Amino acid sequence: MSKDSTKGIWKVISASSMGTMIEWYDFYIFGSLAVVISTKFFPSDNPTAAFLSTLATFAAGFVVRPFGALFFGRLGDIIGRKYTFMATLLLMGGSTFLIGCIPSYDTIGFMAPVLVLLLRLLQGLALGGEYGGAATYVAEHSPAGQKGYWTSWIQTTATVGLFISLMVILATKNILTPEDFDTWGWRVPFWVSIVMVGVSYLIRKNMDESPVFAKAKKEGTTSANPLKESFGNRYNLKFVLLALFGATMGQGVVWYTGQFYAMSFMKTVMNIDSSQVDELLGIALLLGTPFFIVFGWLSDKVGRKYIMLGGMLLAILLYRPIYRTMYETTDLALKTELLSETKQNLEINKDKDSIYTTQKTYNDGTFLIEKKTHFAHKKEPQITKSITINLQDKWALIFLVFVQVLFVTMVYGPIAAFLVEMFPTKIRYTSMSLPYHVGNGIFGGLLPAISTYFVTHAKASGKSDYYLDGLWYPIIIASVCFVIGLIYIDNKNKTTHL
Amino acid sequence: MNLLKQLLGIIWILLAIAAAYFCVFEFGLPKFLSDQQEDLVFGIIILFILTPLIVVGMGVFGYYALIGEYNNKK
Repeated sequence: MSKDSTKGIWKVISASSMGTMIEWYDFYIFGSLAVVISTKFFPSDNPTAAFLSTLATFAAGFVVRPFGALFFGRLGDIIGRKYTFMATLLLMGGSTFLIGCIPSYDTIGFMAPVLVLLLRLLQGLALGGEYGGAATYVAEHSPAGQKGYWTSWIQTTATVGLFISLMVILATKNILTPEDFDTWGWRVPFWVSIVMVGVSYLIRKNMDESPVFAKAKKEGTTSANPLKESFGNRYNLKFVLLALFGATMGQGVVWYTGQFYAMSFMKTVMNIDSSQVDELLGIALLLGTPFFIVFGWLSDKVGRKYIMLGGMLLAILLYRPIYRTMYETTDLALKTELLSETKQNLEINKDKDSIYTTQKTYNDGTFLIEKKTHFAHKKEPQITKSITINLQDKWALIFLVFVQVLFVTMVYGPIAAFLVEMFPTKIRYTSMSLPYHVGNGIFGGLLPAISTYFVTHAKASGKSDYYLDGLWYPIIIASVCFVIGLIYIDNKNKTTHL
Repeated sequence: MNLLKQLLGIIWILLAIAAAYFCVFEFGLPKFLSDQQEDLVFGIIILFILTPLIVVGMGVFGYYALIGEYNNKK
């Protein structure tokens, strides 16, 4: 590869990756700030607002992304990759910025949650169109035999976007007082987006169209109806289904388990302090991210199939032992309480609720704050726990999350190259986007709801390790995907359509 | 290998039918009929998005496998 072409591909990678990373950032800050957003736009005592809140949180992730994939995929296959993924970037950036500008429910009433929902849906549409465009654009610029390596840079963007969203929120919280953050500071991460999108737009604007697509357009071999050719043609449809059931379905659940389920498990099941979880997750993501590149590069040498399936198999076999070990880290029944250091306090707030606070210290340095609130107007008391773990446990958890991120990098690093190679130029954007977003948005995105169902059932039936039952969903989905991938996918290192 | 791919087609079709049962009667309907707003959203998503995708998608995949669409051509 010559110096000029290396420089050229780096330009393509940086322009594409930056935009895609920003889109992931935009998408995740909404989730990361869900608690504060719900207090500003979706008052919990109003059932309609609560309904809109759930729709805003999940509909964008589940339902809208595949539609975005179809809508923008079609455009990308007709008018070109460059203009389509510039449109998705602007749509995402504009929506994110505007979410940060909407007056609260107290100021404009029901218009507030309705506007947030609409903008959130636009975010989902944009995300559905962005990824396929960026992956296709990079792959079509990449030299033969190196598509795994170059597209793996795009694969880092989702994790980097999540990492940056956590860091921007953490930095904003650190700079501002808690009161300022709650009043207006939570809007800052949304506003930051417009600056990043502006820079990314200017960079992308000066890029050329993908050479493969430009050639196809010049020769008149692009598709007039990519949707019909992708899904109405048996030959292409069978590859779309194979991509979904033999690759992206398993990849989606491994991705969500390794990052979001791990985060939610530590916060809600293990009751670890939220900031501590964000910090240790951030470190694990940072350590794991280079492995997207490593496995992307390796997939050019040994083929995509066995790396992706290897990641799935490891996840299937190791999830339960990993989560059992994680749980035991903060299992207070296994620790000795230092009774002399226990403190208790009673406070009655302005609503006449009684709040009992107990602080306990354990022999290994673990610290627990338990708050029991007896509401003046409700029968059921509310109990919240927050555990601060010691340094050794913190690093043990970082390692265990890092191992899960490694599984993510194995299944996710090579998948962009795998998908783009599966379909011909004229329908590539459309055909690869749909299985990707169904696998990730729907199979992956439903993980919290279905896993909670398994946990609730196990708890009701009195299982002692009920907290592990939520893992059956990713384990079953990844197992089916593993078998389908193993038997039906060819381990072709050489490209099929590129 | 081709015979295995075709025979497994039957398994995928059966899996689609089993998934239809679980998605509708175990996950979808109970959530759809729940009083909780959040459950209702999930019920709608499971019944009208996830179930058709899994059942139709997996069923068609199984059918294609059964008729040899995924066989290695000589």
